[in-house]
Amino acid sequence: MQMTVDLNRVGAKGAIAEAAEGKWGMSIDRDLCTGCQACVAACAMENNISFVGEEDAGYGRTQHWIRIERFWEGAYPNVKIAGGYQPMMCQQCGHAPCEPVCPVFATPHSDAEQLNLQVYNRCIGTRYCANNCPYQARSFNWRDYHTMPERGNMVNGKLVFPLHNQFNPDVTVRRRGVMEKCTFCIQRIHKAQDKAKSEGREVMDGEFAPACAQACPADAITFGRIDHKDSLVSQRSNEGRGVKHLEDLNTLPRVTYLKEG
Amino acid sequence: MAVLSKYLPGAKKAREDHFEKDDPRQYLMHDPIPRGQMNEMVMESMHVTSWKFWMVFGILSVLVAVCFFYAWGYMIAEGLWVAGVMRPAYWGIFLVNTVFWIGISHAGTFISAILRVFKAEFRRPFTRAAELMTTFGLIQAGASIFMHLGRVWLSYWMFPLPNQRELWPNFHSPLMWDLLAITTYVLGSTMYLYLPLIPDLAMARDRSTGWRKTFYRILALGFRGTEGEWRHLHTAMNFFAFAIIPVMFSVHTIVSWDFAMAMRPGWSSSVFGPYFVLGALHSGMGAVAIVLFIMRYTMKHMDYFIRKEHFDALGKLMMMVSFTYAYFIFNDYIIQWYGGNLATDNLLHWLEEGPMSWMFYQMILFNIVIPFAVLWIPKVRQTPWLLAIVGLLINIGMYWERYIIIPVMLTINNMPFTWKLYEPRIEIYLTIGTFALFLLFYMAASRLIPLIPVWEVQEGQMAHTMRKIGKANVSTISDFE
Repeated sequence: MQMTVDLNRVGAKGAIAEAAEGKWGMSIDRDLCTGCQACVAACAMENNISFVGEEDAGYGRTQHWIRIERFWEGAYPNVKIAGGYQPMMCQQCGHAPCEPVCPVFATPHSDAEQLNLQVYNRCIGTRYCANNCPYQARSFNWRDYHTMPERGNMVNGKLVFPLHNQFNPDVTVRRRGVMEKCTFCIQRIHKAQDKAKSEGREVMDGEFAPACAQACPADAITFGRIDHKDSLVSQRSNEGRGVKHLEDLNTLPRVTYLKEG
Repeated sequence: MAVLSKYLPGAKKAREDHFEKDDPRQYLMHDPIPRGQMNEMVMESMHVTSWKFWMVFGILSVLVAVCFFYAWGYMIAEGLWVAGVMRPAYWGIFLVNTVFWIGISHAGTFISAILRVFKAEFRRPFTRAAELMTTFGLIQAGASIFMHLGRVWLSYWMFPLPNQRELWPNFHSPLMWDLLAITTYVLGSTMYLYLPLIPDLAMARDRSTGWRKTFYRILALGFRGTEGEWRHLHTAMNFFAFAIIPVMFSVHTIVSWDFAMAMRPGWSSSVFGPYFVLGALHSGMGAVAIVLFIMRYTMKHMDYFIRKEHFDALGKLMMMVSFTYAYFIFNDYIIQWYGGNLATDNLLHWLEEGPMSWMFYQMILFNIVIPFAVLWIPKVRQTPWLLAIVGLLINIGMYWERYIIIPVMLTINNMPFTWKLYEPRIEIYLTIGTFALFLLFYMAASRLIPLIPVWEVQEGQMAHTMRKIGKANVSTISDFE
């Protein structure tokens, strides 16, 4: 099959033309978020995210695709929560700063799903995309955390990694030296679309959810089509409390935060 | 580097100190010696090697083996985890080294090409030394870029190679422009180093035996010194001298675009291009001062070629560059501060009073205040070791400048939750490794190729005469070109 790449659309500055509206989107109600980190755990399970360990996590090498940012005032122990909790993940920008800077096209834009993609096997690890992400949403595989010898058990002279049994077969396991980021659980999007297609219908609103939205006990995260005016996520985003992060940078983020009431 | 009993400045009087104050012979151009003798002097400075040279050479070789090759191999085998890079400082010392070494490499082109085009006579004895810095500095810069990559073994994907999936590199990416600019610069500056070297290689070929003769014979390309050969060589050098100047400006501008094009507080600045070019010249001039000092005091006969007048002229250049640098740094910071953007404000406060503020103040002190304060004084400019110390301080200051721009500025971003201070780990060894490799290349080159462009000095000495105009003795130059 002959494949052509339109440079004006893929990972280029010209991506803004098609990106004004977007397709998939999310709303996060910060009034409801309790900072329980269930989304973080669910995301790690769903997307085969490495556990980096205490030391590396403390040094700023967590690989969570979604993180709960805590904001407080004062110094310990006189700490007062101010601003509450803010789950932060890739905003799937329509006009993404990470896209044009990759020298090898590992960060293209999906025309079909209007998402930012990360092609792991194309990535050479320049980390420019992460530097240029104003949301600091990207995480880098600093080492092969999955196969660290101390994580394994010696069974009959062979290293066995019990945690490998919980890997999600729908998602790749990334090796060291590549960038990764939230995909809006694109594997679930595709699964739902395939199912809908085989049944001859459109994907229904609320038919599926990404792992974070599914796990959220307070239902703070809503996912769906933001280009459909009657979907739940559109209604929530447009009810008046919605703000977008760093909107002045013209990144056209697809995640709307509902501020505290 | 060579056998000489005097290692301390002032232990033996240098050649120019033997002359009276007004004697024109204290200037190299008015102190001609016969051609054969000068050729012998340069050949001798190449051949005479002491145990001290081999000792330093051995130590540097060990450092290169351990800190460059072993450390890099270890990092490739283990992953970037052994380095200090993390979120938010995804870029660390590797890119600091890249920018630093490209900066060092600019001095060579500047001294050699710009001063040659403008016919600044003081350049004559040290164009070669500066050009070698360009080539060897660029090797370190290139190596540092590859160290920085997460999957360096796939770095050839940045080259537009035909492949089955019809994937091409992304020419929208500043890193891609960088790759093209640096490749052009490496090729151009190496050719520009080679062209003026040909007559000296031919000179060395005619005065050596054994493997050296073969080595020089191959490199000299059969140069015999006929009228036609000189005319072609001059045409080629002239062409390259003009062509390499825009390449030099574009390279560091494009390196600065890696930062200036990004959407980050502190980086997104339109003055970064010229600011980086000037910064590169600043560190490069300082490095030339250090190299000339080392050459003059360790190599045989170098006190004839490299004199106080050259340090004096270099000191004036350094002062001028530091003024211009001050202008650009003022332009960069005042505009960012006046703009009042919250993220930029946070960043400036962080530089002003954060844990890395010492680095910021040292940068101002070494790059601007000290050159301002001392280079006015002729005594400082004309004392080689003092000028070398000023050059060293400028280089430390310029290293800090790049360190501030990359990992320190990356610390502060739009997401306060991720702010974190970068700590270098294996980067320190790899930095030592690149410095050792640079010195090793330079020391090897000092034994293999004439560090003094003999023909250029001889040409200058023939062009200079003293003439009497009224009662004054005036130095005049007859222009050959």
